[in-house]
Amino acid sequence: MEKRIIYADHAATTAVSDAVLQAMMPYFQTNFGNPSSIYSKGRENERAIIDARARVARCLGADPKEIFFTAGGSESDNWAIKGVADKLAAKGKKHIITSAFEHHAVLHTCEFLEKHGFEVTYLPVSADGLIDPQQVADAIREDTALVSIMYANNEIGTIQPIAEIGAVCKAKGVLFHTDAVQAVGNVEIDVKAQNIDLLSLSGHKFHAPKGVGALYIRRGITLPNLIHGGGQESGKRAGTENVTGIIGLAQAIEDATANIPAKIAKLTPLRDKLIDGILKIADTRLNGSRTQRLAGNVNISFVGIEGESLLLMLDHYGIMASSGSACTSGSLDPSHVLLSIGLSHEVAHGSLRLSFGEEFTEEDADYILAVLPGIAERLRSMSPMWETIQKEGIHFNADKTKLIKEGE
Amino acid sequence: MNYSEKVMDHFINPRNVGEIKNADGIGEVGNAKCGDIMKMYLRIEDETITDCKFKTFGCGAAVATSSMATEMIKGRSIDDALKLTNSAVMEALDGLPPVKVHCSVLAEQAVKAALTDYYQKQGIDPEPIVGKVPEMEEE
Repeated sequence: MEKRIIYADHAATTAVSDAVLQAMMPYFQTNFGNPSSIYSKGRENERAIIDARARVARCLGADPKEIFFTAGGSESDNWAIKGVADKLAAKGKKHIITSAFEHHAVLHTCEFLEKHGFEVTYLPVSADGLIDPQQVADAIREDTALVSIMYANNEIGTIQPIAEIGAVCKAKGVLFHTDAVQAVGNVEIDVKAQNIDLLSLSGHKFHAPKGVGALYIRRGITLPNLIHGGGQESGKRAGTENVTGIIGLAQAIEDATANIPAKIAKLTPLRDKLIDGILKIADTRLNGSRTQRLAGNVNISFVGIEGESLLLMLDHYGIMASSGSACTSGSLDPSHVLLSIGLSHEVAHGSLRLSFGEEFTEEDADYILAVLPGIAERLRSMSPMWETIQKEGIHFNADKTKLIKEGE
Repeated sequence: MNYSEKVMDHFINPRNVGEIKNADGIGEVGNAKCGDIMKMYLRIEDETITDCKFKTFGCGAAVATSSMATEMIKGRSIDDALKLTNSAVMEALDGLPPVKVHCSVLAEQAVKAALTDYYQKQGIDPEPIVGKVPEMEEE
């Protein structure tokens, strides 16, 4: 079989597209002016940023004044959560609701706030990787300042009922933030229809360069300044604008949101083919809902195999994938996302995430399905854990979350 | 993860993978909860390790350090094997990323656990010779 090179880690990052690169090019050398400068080179770039802001806003159903450019998703998450916390603490609202499987940019920000007198409710996640809007409603208290629930999970790709959660928050008069880093370009977003008050996004997940993102802040919400200094971003986030990045972001979000139904229609059968094919390997499980998930996300656990060695073997065959999130791979603990949906440590260690975009083909899926069984067999044949499992009749429990012995 | 070429070589082409039937010493360290298990098999004749095989569940570094450790003790005396340190295994692999140093410790412990088992099978108290090997944690 001929070796293929397959980049199946779109949830980690994506390449800058040709259209985005072309859009950005003039701003590196020709249109390099500081948007705050008075001469034409400056004024032209100020106009370019005004235009970019409007384009980003349009893709989200927002007003241009509601879009603030940032350096990416983590910055947007930090600003939204700490900003609302700071603002509403003065009114005695020091309670935040989030979920157990948020990105670390949200979780660690909430942990930081806990050290500063805030109380945080971490909603449990269902076995399917979903948050029930009723859970949110039940958790809201008099002193709740903010609900922050991610739009789509970065590891298991599950899509949360954002409009329903938005409706709950609106009815209860609580601000609603969503980390939509994995969702933009993959699901239709309309911040007004979905009652979203704050939304974080990151350009490099949809073919803009790294280092640029945005925070949507609904009109009427005034957050404290993130960076004090000049008057950029309405004085909220000072510092000379990342003009090239902002131009790239505007082009990328337009391209990514131009035809989402077509993208979903193309990728869903490939995703399902991969899921069905991989699950034919013995002692595997799909992580996250099969239907309420991103069209380009597959996450499967393999009993008796450790995730990193699986990734290294796949890389040897030209397949670039992830085990848990890239942010998790530096640590030795299994992914908090997989633990949140009830997996035991043993099962969580052996997970594989494949995340792909529009260029993914049937041939790519076939290649992965051709290579993977052999890799799994090889790693299991050298795994003492697999040996013990076979000898002692250890197998999955009914919901495939942990391993149990015969008769247990 | 910045692995050296040697680590990658020992991961992709691990040396001495497998089991030894009726091995003279078998050692298993680590646990599935932590994500690393190493099992080491020794054939010992006249105080010499004539054969050595391993099975490992774990990351790239866990496989590579096990593989390298078997290479470093195969054909050597028990005394030499007892002197094998985790830093020697790391050095032989041109280093390991800091978060993976514990894999080399596991490899050293796997050798010591197998030698402990060997002495126990001989009816000899292993502790004065091998020292204390951490027990496998129960899950």
